[in-house]
Amino acid sequence: MKTLVLSTTALVLSASFAMADGHSVVRMGTEGAYPPYNFINDDGEVAGFERVLGDELCARAELTCEWVTNDWDSIIPNLTSGNYDTIIAGMSITDERDEVIDFTQNYIPPAASAYAAMDPGADLSGGVIAAQVNTIQASFVAESGATLLEFATPDETIAAVRNGEADAVFADKDFLVPIVDEDADLSFAGDDVPLGGGVGMGIRETDGELRAAFDAAITSMKEDGTLNTLIKEWFGEDAAVYE
Amino acid sequence: MFSFCTDPDTLNNLPWLACYLTTGVHMKLYSSLFVVLGLLAITAPVSLAFGFAGATASRSSIPPIAWLGKIYTAMVRGIPDIVFFLFFVIALDQSIEWLKHQVVCPDWTDPIRQGANFIVCPEAKVPLSTAPQSVHEAYNFTLAVFTFSIVFGAFAANVLYGAMRAVPQSQMETAEAYGMSQRQAFWRVMVPQMWIYALPGLSNLWMILIKATPLLFLLGIEDIVFWARELGGSKTARFSDYPHPDWRLWYFLGLLVFYLCMTKLSEIGLRRLTTRLSHGQATMAGEELRRA
Repeated sequence: MKTLVLSTTALVLSASFAMADGHSVVRMGTEGAYPPYNFINDDGEVAGFERVLGDELCARAELTCEWVTNDWDSIIPNLTSGNYDTIIAGMSITDERDEVIDFTQNYIPPAASAYAAMDPGADLSGGVIAAQVNTIQASFVAESGATLLEFATPDETIAAVRNGEADAVFADKDFLVPIVDEDADLSFAGDDVPLGGGVGMGIRETDGELRAAFDAAITSMKEDGTLNTLIKEWFGEDAAVYE
Repeated sequence: MFSFCTDPDTLNNLPWLACYLTTGVHMKLYSSLFVVLGLLAITAPVSLAFGFAGATASRSSIPPIAWLGKIYTAMVRGIPDIVFFLFFVIALDQSIEWLKHQVVCPDWTDPIRQGANFIVCPEAKVPLSTAPQSVHEAYNFTLAVFTFSIVFGAFAANVLYGAMRAVPQSQMETAEAYGMSQRQAFWRVMVPQMWIYALPGLSNLWMILIKATPLLFLLGIEDIVFWARELGGSKTARFSDYPHPDWRLWYFLGLLVFYLCMTKLSEIGLRRLTTRLSHGQATMAGEELRRA
């Protein structure tokens, strides 16, 4: 991705949004525990789809960006209190979240969530299902009639299934695929569930100009097809892309 | 780190482990050990100072100062540490920003509290959002040290208050008989002698302080507990050169050993300190030293 040439669109953008909202440094808040969206690599740095995407968006909007990690649990409160300026952490756009913060347009189209379990015939409607706290998957499980077991990190939800604490884990399918691929004991169970309105960047409601800058950068990446290429590179050829 | 680490898949056992334990992310784990040690090194003297101030205030003959000292110890000791940590750090952070806001942005008309948001003008952010990440980390660390010091200072205040009262009254009377003022008697007779009485309580506090350092994790500081959890989580081969299953058990076992070593070392140090402070004291330990 380093060799990407800035399109003319981006150049026009950058002129108008170079100093969006007076942000000379934009602090990008992410979780760093949700591969392939975002994770900490062997060198201890933030990596993943959103790292590459975020750096590209910042380059197109001519912003200087810095990466910060924060627990998922407190990721919205810490945005509103100004500890960082954006959330770019695989966060699905939902009405509840939209009341507290603003979202850019989505940069991942609405994608499926899935169950992974040790036993493909696991009881998904009445059993114990693990999900990460404060996610759309957790709300879905709570309403499905199954017993919801919440964990602070995505990794713990998988561990709960492996050690038998939960019958299945319910999460974004893109997160589960690499794990199920490498673990012979785990398999997908039941049908995929389409959930959420796609993934977008969270931005404070008062930060209109910053949101416009990122919105425009996302549009330019959608138009020149680089976003689709990036999605396929990280989530596989079958991943949902933009038309 | 080592030259043979370029392709970890081909390695086995020891070389693999050597490479694994020296990845960049493990270096962060090791450096976070110094965060904990740094916290201990700074918090211990600062909270002792807070404790000393609290104890002397409680003994003051001027009522408002005595009340202040007593309210401080009573309040902090009565509130669960975790609540205090979560509340105090946010409150302190917001009040610093609020004060700075009043000074640097007097013309700002928007309300600071907008629903869930606490918004001060960008120039009043502490640290400025343009500051590098290291400044943000240093600021968070300072807030944490301050909060730890307030909490442990309150306990230390109570210990020192008791220790001051334990110094035999006859010592103070003798000092006054020699013509010392109250202030002189306090600094020259009471303070040097009170430490031996304070030591058991203070050593207890030190041990509790060591055990309380994982609370840093609660304050969003990337301490050893954070990295142990992060590193121990299972890693898939797609996103790491060192895939492994859930190893949190081993990492937490490592933490356990680290903390045990810390307390063992402290015990040795404290025992030596007790011997030193017992010299010439009218205590059983002091008497034994005199006879020996």
